[in-house]
Amino acid sequence: MVLLAVFALGVWAQASGIVPAILKYREDIVYLARQHMMLVAISGGIAIAIGVPLGIVIARSRLPLLGAAIGQVINLGTTIPTLAILALAMTVLGLGTPSALFGLVVLTLLPVMLNTVAGLKSVPAPLIEAARGMGMTGAQILLKVELPNAMFVILAGIRTALAINVGTVPLAFLIGGGGLGELIFTGIDLMEPGLLLAGAVPTALLAVLVDIIVGQLQFWLVPRGVNPLR
Amino acid sequence: MIRLDHVSKIFAGITAVDGVDMEVGAGEVCVLLGPSGCGKTTTMKMINRLIQPTSGKIFVDGRDTATVDEVTLRRSIGYVIQQIGLFPNKTVEDNICVVPDLLGHDRRQSRKRAAQLLEMVNLDPGIFLKRYPKELSGGQQQRVGVVRALAADPPVLLMDEPFGAIDPINREVIQDEFMKLQAELKKTVVFVSHDIDEAVKMASRVAIFRAGRLIQYDTPDNILAHPVDSFVADFVGSDRTLKRLRLLKVAEAMVGDPPLVRADDTLETAARLMAERGHVSIVMVGPRGRARGFVRLDAAHGRPGTVGEHHEKLPCMVNLRDDLRTAVSLMFMHDLTWLPCVDDDGFYRGYVTQRGITHLLGATYRDR
Repeated sequence: MVLLAVFALGVWAQASGIVPAILKYREDIVYLARQHMMLVAISGGIAIAIGVPLGIVIARSRLPLLGAAIGQVINLGTTIPTLAILALAMTVLGLGTPSALFGLVVLTLLPVMLNTVAGLKSVPAPLIEAARGMGMTGAQILLKVELPNAMFVILAGIRTALAINVGTVPLAFLIGGGGLGELIFTGIDLMEPGLLLAGAVPTALLAVLVDIIVGQLQFWLVPRGVNPLR
Repeated sequence: MIRLDHVSKIFAGITAVDGVDMEVGAGEVCVLLGPSGCGKTTTMKMINRLIQPTSGKIFVDGRDTATVDEVTLRRSIGYVIQQIGLFPNKTVEDNICVVPDLLGHDRRQSRKRAAQLLEMVNLDPGIFLKRYPKELSGGQQQRVGVVRALAADPPVLLMDEPFGAIDPINREVIQDEFMKLQAELKKTVVFVSHDIDEAVKMASRVAIFRAGRLIQYDTPDNILAHPVDSFVADFVGSDRTLKRLRLLKVAEAMVGDPPLVRADDTLETAARLMAERGHVSIVMVGPRGRARGFVRLDAAHGRPGTVGEHHEKLPCMVNLRDDLRTAVSLMFMHDLTWLPCVDDDGFYRGYVTQRGITHLLGATYRDR
């Protein structure tokens, strides 16, 4: 049924001349998609590099107030609309990739951090007590007990964050960050659906692709004993 | 092996443990017993320094634990908790080998030992080594939990209500398995429990706590027979003398060298033997001494014939090594005042009587 619908959609798209209209921009798509993925990779990488350790610090902090404070600041960052963040970043960092990256990192950070905290907090206390009682050091407890058992939830956060990230990168074009947004917004301005779709369809496909990749990571990276997927 | 020297713990102004002095000898099972909040768990956790004592000293194997690095100390002490705490991300094998791996022991060696230990608690290593904890039942998980604590062969074992969350039937089985394991490995065990029956069954010594104080530290039999105060007496229960039945073996109450008859003896001989001892029945044994049946005095008195023709079947027998609780239970079940005792091979070795058991239980009260 679904396959049939996809097939019908494909036939209709071909017949209405949209596919050739999109393929006309093939070179642009490849170049911009690469740029798009770079933005996702760099901003996602930074967000993970900050979010996971931050989550660990918050979850393990003996000062619950500190954790709550950091959480609130980042929460606040996410309530601000993405476009507003990009605009604010632009006023400070100027036009171009750095401000785009900044905005994307702020956006991606929260789900990564929140899930890290939630994942670590969901590790049952008896596990940690047993680990301590058997003579594990704090670092060993984190690496051998807490992280493996929280890994599934942490990766779920990264999965959500990257999906949002891929979908938001097009806005980066507005402050000169590049990416597939260039085709989308130009297409809108020129009222040219082919151009618009040449940006939108690859963006959607990239989002799906990233989701599948992280999903696979989640499947294979999380130990079988704590992996609900297998 | 373990010595607590005036150990106290104060949590934010509340005294959880108050000046406890006690000593656990090597190879002993010491059960810390008391109602919740009495300080028994805190006392145990101070031994491997999961909780730091506020004052006092604790010696393990002659060393002051405060002078040993706490991680090193904990690796040298086995630890079992009620919630089991198996790591769900590791296989049973890797769970068992956690401490050997931490200590950097040879992997192949420790894996081999893991398999041996699993076999000792009746889990087939071929099936269970590669499983994950979630694929095990609660009872199986706790067996692995106990085995894990033994993997690095520590001399001391701390157990925090290890069998508390297991259903009663499985609990008995695991307790028995543990006792068998302990008989073989002879660890020094500190065992926290709130179950007096468990304490009586497992302990070589019982420490009763109340409000942070050690009230009585004695053998299970003495705790049951001579509680120091009404708190201990209430805690061990009004049926405490019956609980002592479990601690005594049939052999201790048995009258040995019993009179006996064989199938070709006459009823006259049987009657004479009974009259000599004032018994109302006598056991008939087979040619090699196995208990076969018995003859009543009123059936034998003044009648002709042989024992073989007039004997009755024995309603039940009790093994020498059973505890007296089993014996008394059998007596009540079959409405008997005596039971023939046999050894593992079924040979007739003596008899126990209700009077004899009562006498044995009463002996300790008369001494004082």
